[in-house]
Amino acid sequence: MSQSLRPYLSCVRSTLTAALSLSNFASQAAERHNVPEIEAASSPELLLNPLTVSRNQEERVFVEPSVNSVRVSIRIKQADEIEHILVHKFTRFLTQRAEAFFILRRKAVPGYDISFLITNFHTEEMLKHKLVDFIIQFMEEVDKEISEMKLFLNARARFVAESFLTPFD
Amino acid sequence: MAAPEVHHLFHAPIADHSFSADRATLAVARDTTVELYHRTPSGSGPGPTFRLQDELRGHDKTITGVDIAPRSGRIVTSSQDRNAYVWEPSASGEWKPTLVLLRINRAATCVRWSPSEAKFAVGSGARTIAVCYFEADNDWWVSKHIKKPLRSTVTSVAWHPNSVLLAAGSTDGHARVFSSFIKGTDERPEASAWGERLPFNTVCGEYLNPTAGWVHDVAFSPSGAALAFCAHDSSVTIVYPSGPEQPPQAVISVSTQLLPFTSILWSSETELVCAGYDCGVYRFAGSADGWQLSGTLEKDERGSASRPGLEQREESALNMFRSMDLKGRAGGGGSSGGVDDTKLKTVHQNSISTLRAYETDGEGRVARISTGGVDGRVVVWKL
Repeated sequence: MSQSLRPYLSCVRSTLTAALSLSNFASQAAERHNVPEIEAASSPELLLNPLTVSRNQEERVFVEPSVNSVRVSIRIKQADEIEHILVHKFTRFLTQRAEAFFILRRKAVPGYDISFLITNFHTEEMLKHKLVDFIIQFMEEVDKEISEMKLFLNARARFVAESFLTPFD
Repeated sequence: MAAPEVHHLFHAPIADHSFSADRATLAVARDTTVELYHRTPSGSGPGPTFRLQDELRGHDKTITGVDIAPRSGRIVTSSQDRNAYVWEPSASGEWKPTLVLLRINRAATCVRWSPSEAKFAVGSGARTIAVCYFEADNDWWVSKHIKKPLRSTVTSVAWHPNSVLLAAGSTDGHARVFSSFIKGTDERPEASAWGERLPFNTVCGEYLNPTAGWVHDVAFSPSGAALAFCAHDSSVTIVYPSGPEQPPQAVISVSTQLLPFTSILWSSETELVCAGYDCGVYRFAGSADGWQLSGTLEKDERGSASRPGLEQREESALNMFRSMDLKGRAGGGGSSGGVDDTKLKTVHQNSISTLRAYETDGEGRVARISTGGVDGRVVVWKL
């Protein structure tokens, strides 16, 4: 783990641990409804101050807590055009399978690549600290994944170019 | 300290629980039903076990509160379907529900019997508190509303020992003390530091949390001379009133480094017990001169912090990956004790939602408390 990643992740971890203090809170705007307040945003007093944790200009996490839900958005590092395409394809792959992925939000918050929406129902049926672990693990893994994909893509491009140019040798 | 008595009832959140006065019956809110458990002297394990005896069905949304009146044995339940029922045992042993005319149009969030058991209060998301009493002429439970100056959902209600004063915590960051005097039901209360003349809906005190955090729970001290509330900024505030229409004698706010507390209980005039998102039970001690965190009810070897330190956790994540790599399974086998980190070091494995007095000793001090958590456990602790 690189030097700057550790404090970044531990900061995200403590932020998430605190933000996941959720309760079962029925809507006070609509009768017989129980909706994530962070999405409904119907009463300002039920939302807490959103918080950004950035590692550098490229990478940051945006945590928006509320009384019964937390929205966590992640901006994944994209150094060049290829990484940008890879991240886009990767997050699209995940968000299209959002049903199987309980806490994933179908659409990322503008400016971010992927968003999670954790409600009190998730913290009730899953272990809170494991949810935090999952997001931290996801953040650790996704960088690695993108770099690997990029290397693989470059290797493949080289191979294709070589075989394409062989006849002109 | 004796080990706590743990009853793992099911794998679903317990929004609220209540023991009957003889501690033989335990009512637990589970989703849309209230389950009644009966104590059987001894099962296979040590100590008593609880067996499911009855279910109270009638609500069609999540139940938010359940309370057993200690003397009459009546059970009152409140739910997010905007209703409250009073359940009475019939001669055949069945529980008969009576709908309460709450007249609220949002979820009911909490319910508590008054010490006199002639009234109960229901907090709601409609920014009102319904104070309910029995109208013998019509043979039903009716309610009077406390509306002003509530500006958001009422999260908790607590009764003063005189059954007239009512404290309420709300998500607008205020803890308030109201009068719920109902002519014909209540006797005129004696004048106290909270107020002298107390017509219905008198605001006897209004206290804002310093950061305007949501107030999760309120509680009157056993004598009723002080009020404590816990808010979402992880603080506990204790208010000592000085006299009617006077600024309070002392407002003491204790902030902690823990996660917020959701439930608060006075074990005696000088001690508070709190529990919440940190999954542990914490004690506070003090008086009008000052309060402080005095300890935890978890065993000492577990350490005061229920969450392991961050460094240790990062380390264990590393161990986990290493062990996944080497052994193909999750769960660290390294320096962090050789156990997986799925299990928290606290007794409760998820947030604690309610704290209740379980047993009081001769001098009125609470000797044992019970906690109900989101993890489906009810735990009885010795103080």
